[in-house]
Amino acid sequence: MTHAVPVPHSFYRLASPHYFYEQSGRLLPWLAAVTLVLFLTGLVWGLAFAPADYQQGNGFRIMYVHVPAAVFSMSVYVAMAVAGGIGLIWRLKVAAMVARSCAPIGAAFTFLALVTGSLWGKPMWGAWWVWDARLTSELILLFLYLGYMALQEAIEERDTADRASAVLALVGLINIPIIHYSVEWWYTLHQGATILKLGRPSIAPAMLWPLLVMLAAYGLLALLVVLLRTRNEVLERKLNI
Amino acid sequence: MGGYAFYVWTAYCLTVAVLGGAVLLPLLRYRRLRREAARRERREQRQTEVRNR
Amino acid sequence: MKLNPVRRKRLTLALIIVVGVGVAVGLTLYALKQNINLFYSPSQIVAGEAPLQRSIRVGGLVVPGSVQREPNSLGVVFTLTDTAQQIQVRYTGILPDLFREGQGIIAHGRLVAGGVVQADEVLAKHDENYMPPEVADSLKQAGVWRQFKQQP
Repeated sequence: MTHAVPVPHSFYRLASPHYFYEQSGRLLPWLAAVTLVLFLTGLVWGLAFAPADYQQGNGFRIMYVHVPAAVFSMSVYVAMAVAGGIGLIWRLKVAAMVARSCAPIGAAFTFLALVTGSLWGKPMWGAWWVWDARLTSELILLFLYLGYMALQEAIEERDTADRASAVLALVGLINIPIIHYSVEWWYTLHQGATILKLGRPSIAPAMLWPLLVMLAAYGLLALLVVLLRTRNEVLERKLNI
Repeated sequence: MGGYAFYVWTAYCLTVAVLGGAVLLPLLRYRRLRREAARRERREQRQTEVRNR
Repeated sequence: MKLNPVRRKRLTLALIIVVGVGVAVGLTLYALKQNINLFYSPSQIVAGEAPLQRSIRVGGLVVPGSVQREPNSLGVVFTLTDTAQQIQVRYTGILPDLFREGQGIIAHGRLVAGGVVQADEVLAKHDENYMPPEVADSLKQAGVWRQFKQQP
């Protein structure tokens, strides 16, 4: 492969690991503070102040930790694949570092989505686990994350590892629309979309607000963890570790 | 919690534990890396001092 | 291409991972297809399309007023409908919390003679609507409940 594809102008500055390190260092304290406040607000609001559901009673409160985990397990994967792809095409070191940094937090979200979903499914559906399309495709997402991390570990040479795992991440992108549309394409126990559907969201505003707060908190937390990890990658490269 | 206490609390506690760990791990790694960087800097400084003496 | 042993080992590991993920996806899709084949509606069962004494899944709505609990045991009998046809389901065990009349459920079990399904697992499906009980009551009173709750 050669540098046949020109690097877009806007990438120049952020592409420098040093510049990235400086800028992210300035952003970090603010990001951490806002994330913590949103997270605590959402947790308390969802646990104590949101009204109970007409059918599921207090059991529906698991939604506030389950839905954001599931949403960002997919968003982080897309970010990882896109960053990996940018690293692959334009040979940007920072992009490859970001891609590598996405995998652990994405895997953590996927794991949490599966386990909290299981804890929600047991009392409501009557089963911890069913092999239906939504649950199975989310489990495959976890395997994709684990496979990505294993591949990164397995190949000693950094650039080769980044390239191989970027290809795996891009191929695995096919799973994302499958997860999202699984509840429409197959007959599953899992409910359909509540917020992301045409027309009004079918959730009362008093229950929707804490969910939106939690979604924001999870998104910022993902950003925080990816920044922390990417900064570590920059340091490691400088120290030749 | 109307009989759902176990499920709800387990889900919330597990979430806090896993996400707390996800933030804590890179922070600990960062501290170790900064220490290593400081150690190398000190060593280099000593070497220049010895050379200048 | 010359590869030293360490590299070859790593490459093999990487290949195993990629192939493993691929096989997992393939097997899952295959399993899902099987699952869907084993899924029958009450109409299909009445029409005789479901095999006898084989493990199947039936889905439908619990007919209001049809749930009969046996005294002194966990046995329960109820009628399941897809709004066109009805079948009977027998089950012994603890029902999920969302099991109630008018609710969508899925039963795993066998079709026994006489068009009755003997279930060994009953799962409840819930919809994507969330609201406090008071809102649900006022929607019912205002008569817009049916139109709001479109899906079974």
